[in-house]
Amino acid sequence: MPVVTYVYDDGSEHTVEVDVATSLMRAALRNQVRGIVGECGGSATCGTCHVYLDHSTEQFGPPSGDEDEMLEFTAAPRAENSRLSCQLVPSDEGARLVVRVPAEQI
Amino acid sequence: MRGVVVIGAGHAGVETAVSLRSGGYSGPVTVVGAERHLPYQRPPLSKEMLADAGDPDELTLRSGDFFRDQRITLCHGTAVDIDRAGRQVHVVGSRPVDYDHVVLATGAVPRRLELPGRSLRGVAELRSLDDAIALRASLAGARRVVVLGGGFIGMEVASAARKRGVEVAVLELGDRLLKRAVSPPVSEAVAAYHRAEGVQLFFGEHATELVGSAGHVVGVRTGSGRVLRADVVVLGVGATAVDDLARRAGLDTDGGVVVDRWLATSDPRITAIGDCAVVCDPAGGTRQRLESIQNATDQGRYAAARILGEQRPFHALPWFWSNQGALRLQLVGVAGDVDKLVVRGSEGRFSVFCLRGGRLCAVESVNDPGSHMAARRLLERGTPNEAELLAVDFDVRVLARRARTRENAVA
Repeated sequence: MPVVTYVYDDGSEHTVEVDVATSLMRAALRNQVRGIVGECGGSATCGTCHVYLDHSTEQFGPPSGDEDEMLEFTAAPRAENSRLSCQLVPSDEGARLVVRVPAEQI
Repeated sequence: MRGVVVIGAGHAGVETAVSLRSGGYSGPVTVVGAERHLPYQRPPLSKEMLADAGDPDELTLRSGDFFRDQRITLCHGTAVDIDRAGRQVHVVGSRPVDYDHVVLATGAVPRRLELPGRSLRGVAELRSLDDAIALRASLAGARRVVVLGGGFIGMEVASAARKRGVEVAVLELGDRLLKRAVSPPVSEAVAAYHRAEGVQLFFGEHATELVGSAGHVVGVRTGSGRVLRADVVVLGVGATAVDDLARRAGLDTDGGVVVDRWLATSDPRITAIGDCAVVCDPAGGTRQRLESIQNATDQGRYAAARILGEQRPFHALPWFWSNQGALRLQLVGVAGDVDKLVVRGSEGRFSVFCLRGGRLCAVESVNDPGSHMAARRLLERGTPNEAELLAVDFDVRVLARRARTRENAVA
């Protein structure tokens, strides 16, 4: 199973196992990860599941045009590795991922 | 401490309970809900859940373990009475639940359409997950569906049905789609999209009768005398607030549970939030009931904060979205009486800037998420005036970037 570590703004961590084909937004909500809201339920519409994705982004491909546009105006500032976690769906059983959760989403 | 009883297990109710705990509330928290499912997301009911791949488990807002860990009691049943003197909520099939505070989050139900043939098989409404599952099953065997009402639910269902290869006709009494929610340019774009997808649209038309055969709907007779063939008819003519419990408890209601700017009902121990609440501000002369996820969750968070001591009135910028196939609508602000509309963008990707008294009050975006997000950031901070907007040719992204740069400089 893919393993995802969510790193909070204060440096503490929360590591969870994720089902393949489950987005990192949904996995966060299911596992009581703080700081990811996902108000629109995962349609890249609300911009409240912003994360900073560490390491390689290869397995997810680049953000779509719409995601890219949404990311410019998320509540926390955009970085080069900013993503909407609803759009990050691990497909590799052995994936080990680290995402940082910004201080604010709304 | 007797605790907080939240009545309604939708987005607003669950957000209240979760926010009470994350805010440090230590007393009992009970969420009363009549449905058999764990609390779930509603927006996909009219979209992804109508496709075969739609998985009900994906909709769960929080797991059962989460509620247990957070000591949030999910009470399965219908709340029938609030005993305000005894401070207890009566729930069918359960012992009375004590409270210090009640949060009414009872939502809204589809507006009831009284029509001959209303109870024929194949006639559907869409509110709950069970409704969605039933509608999906009907669509699976359907060749032609008629949707009554060209609002958000109606058009989302139309899209989902087309995607399944079902023929779709929409009857709308008004002269354009989504009339109560968006400006004419957006209505036109939505109509053009659905026509291109093969949806038939009838304006100025309403159903006078649902025609049946052997107990199943086979057609819709319209005001102009047409008969449209249908094996499924979806009633999507708006929603009404669920306020009967509040009324029975003697609280003020008026097309919803009347609340003040602090979302308090006429009983200070009872708050009402989400689709069921009408926020009235006698000083400002405003009265607003919103049906949206944003409103439900923002009011849920606020209700919890206020129980925990927040003194300021509720304030949030309304926003809304509707995905219809490849069409993405995003709205922010409150349009109300708009005196000027400015459209920027191309035919398939544009935003409508709504101005009132020379200031931006709402932005409606069609496949234009960047402008929507920028407008949200701007309208949270204030209402840009027309001169500011003209100076950047209504590119709100430029203004939002500038605002952020200014704030970063100050910080």
